[in-house]
Amino acid sequence: MNNIIKRYIPQILAVLFVVLIFGFLTLNAQTNMDNRGIDFGFDFLSQESSFDVQFSLIEYSGSDSYARAFLVGLLNTLLVSFISIIICTILGVIIGVARLSSNYLIKNTAAWYVEFFRNIPLLLQIFFWYYAALRALPMPEKADAWFGVTYMTVKGYYIPAMVWENLNVFLYCGLAAIIAIIVLRNYANNLRDTQGKQIPVLLYSVALLIVLPLLSFLFGGVSLEFEIPELKKLSKISYIYEGGISLPPELIALVLALSLYTSTFVAECVRAGIEGVSKGQKEAAASVGLTPNQVLKLVIMPQALRIIIPPTTNQYLNLTKNSSLAAAIAYPDLVLVFAGTALMQTGKAIEIVSITMLTYLTISLTIAAIMNWYNKKIEIKEK
Amino acid sequence: MQTFNFLKPNRDNIKNYSIIGSFLVLVSLIDVISNAFLKINLTSFLPGSLTTLFPLVIGLIGLNMMRIDYSGNKSLDLLNKNINTNNFNALLTLLILFSIIKALPQSLSWMIFDATISGDSKDACTGTGACWTYIKVWFRRFMYGMYPNEFHWRINTAFILVIALGFVGYFMKENLKKYLALYYVIIYPVIAYLVIYYLISGGSFGLQWVETGAWGGLSLTFIVSFFCLIFCFPLGMIFALGRRSNLPVIKYISICYIEFWRGVPLITVLFMSSVMFPMFLPEDFFMDKLVRVIIAITLFEAAYCAEVIRGGLQSLPRGQYDAAKSLGMGYWKMHIFVILPQALKLVIPGIANTFLALVKDTPLIFVVGLAELAGMLALAKTNPKWLGFAMEGYIFASIVFWIICYAMSKYSYNLEAKYKTER
Repeated sequence: MNNIIKRYIPQILAVLFVVLIFGFLTLNAQTNMDNRGIDFGFDFLSQESSFDVQFSLIEYSGSDSYARAFLVGLLNTLLVSFISIIICTILGVIIGVARLSSNYLIKNTAAWYVEFFRNIPLLLQIFFWYYAALRALPMPEKADAWFGVTYMTVKGYYIPAMVWENLNVFLYCGLAAIIAIIVLRNYANNLRDTQGKQIPVLLYSVALLIVLPLLSFLFGGVSLEFEIPELKKLSKISYIYEGGISLPPELIALVLALSLYTSTFVAECVRAGIEGVSKGQKEAAASVGLTPNQVLKLVIMPQALRIIIPPTTNQYLNLTKNSSLAAAIAYPDLVLVFAGTALMQTGKAIEIVSITMLTYLTISLTIAAIMNWYNKKIEIKEK
Repeated sequence: MQTFNFLKPNRDNIKNYSIIGSFLVLVSLIDVISNAFLKINLTSFLPGSLTTLFPLVIGLIGLNMMRIDYSGNKSLDLLNKNINTNNFNALLTLLILFSIIKALPQSLSWMIFDATISGDSKDACTGTGACWTYIKVWFRRFMYGMYPNEFHWRINTAFILVIALGFVGYFMKENLKKYLALYYVIIYPVIAYLVIYYLISGGSFGLQWVETGAWGGLSLTFIVSFFCLIFCFPLGMIFALGRRSNLPVIKYISICYIEFWRGVPLITVLFMSSVMFPMFLPEDFFMDKLVRVIIAITLFEAAYCAEVIRGGLQSLPRGQYDAAKSLGMGYWKMHIFVILPQALKLVIPGIANTFLALVKDTPLIFVVGLAELAGMLALAKTNPKWLGFAMEGYIFASIVFWIICYAMSKYSYNLEAKYKTER
């Protein structure tokens, strides 16, 4: 009896507490909304949004619905996160490996890089790139070409656009190449396991990846042209580049700040992972006659990756959440478009903020679930 | 006669090789330095891009010649071991050295030699360098926000008092030490709140009332992070214990709480506190914006705190729990006297890291209209009298934050090292 009381009383109290808090808040919200004549509901999502977004991946205009505005914001958030994740991974791996270098200068440069970018608040870094560094870039008419065809100006980065013909044939060829590589790998593994023969899989894979898409150009009717941005005079003093793709400075500032900031954390993860593989593993692998490349590929990396991947994914998640700082420099991401402009226009604070938070929550929990599944899969199965 | 191969140094000619090698490296360095500092191109006679590549090539050959294993010369061995193990390393070494040399004169002259710090208006800044006058004039604003100038002593006094009260624990008598936790968890936050409320807000004791809208600058960063830290710690402890509880309802409530706050970005939490939260309050109940922000950040950071503390709880061996239970201790007695003292000691570095993240997150309160350092910069930047000094402002703020965060991270490393050895 005593035990039952001990077990159930706290739980009932906790439930009561939570219910009371939520009830209190809902009641207040109800009276507040009644007083102000606002009603709760998600019908506004299908209404005409009548605001414009500067930068969007999909067709969007003021006559589209709020739901589409939400999608525009979400895609922009995902775009900036995706680019930053790629850059921060490359940078992070380089810096992380450099921190383990035997070269004193490289080691310390990498260490200071990490200390430097890690200890400055991300918001300040975004502001710095956007308001200070990128504002010092030349005007469009004075910009020099980078790599001959791209232009870095104060109004953004202009790069050539690709104009494809029969893109789908090209993509099918790429897909075919990937499938062929998978089949080849399986075949090679099988051959190695049963007959002990080795075939240079990597070489064949690269060849397949190059040759098959190339064939599509020759025989599949695929053609690729580049639309190079060209300077155009708008008025006496105002110039602009036309054609090609223009990346707005907000996007560049955000990508720079996010990837530099997160790369320091990725670098620390990489360093910890490589340091986490014991030296004996390397020596043992070398002593059974593996070449240095094989040691790295077959012994060190699989073990290091097991340590590196979970915290790195966490960093990617942080990066995605941090990309919401975009609102501070008016990059039209989810927070700015939806929790900013749309909220201002509709006044539906509760609905919009909840949707925004739930979206981020969904992204986080999905990635976390995938990570848990992956961790379970690569876990060392101890007896 | 011995052959003298330029690309393959051997040990027989150590002296010649090392002398020629270091001479070549020296030449390449001199070339770059003269290029960067004196703007003299020593190798202008070379065609085209060779001029720029010349020091690199010469330096590489030099370093290659100096690379003699076990030369017997101590400094040479040290050099080879640290920066010159192979050609790739040598190339990276040279590239780093050259870029430092190239970047140094420009940044030095911008930051120091051509910079202005005298005067107190924009007109004083005529040079090509940085305009530190801007920082000098705005310094008080950056530190104290819009808080009236003549009352700045109140902020300073309040901070000194709060810090002094924080150190009381060090000087407590031995027989009072058992109340230390009680002091830091309950009494200290209350006193600190009262000190900050009565000194900085004012309104009584003959002090003029200053509304929170006027607070700002770096002092606001400190106030926000201070309160968030002292409130989020106990809250995080509750949820950490809750998550490890074997009562399912409490466990799942805690899990939901922690995962919810960890899954959303802080900026949306701040949006919530500023636009959504007032809707949930009783009709005629007014809550100050700063208080709302502190509550929001506290709830947010408590989830992170909880995870850190949970890590500490998990790392304690089961034996500790079993031993406490076998002595007949109940849940609370066991946790207060056996588990938490050990676990909390373990998580001090983790808490320090959470606090570091918290300090780095405070500039975000700028999105709800509270102007701490980053917000004050945004204000100063748009002031028509001081247009065009964004760079100086952000460099200043970066340095300030960098010093704070770097010191804290070093401190947390020290703590980590200190507590690692004890187990």
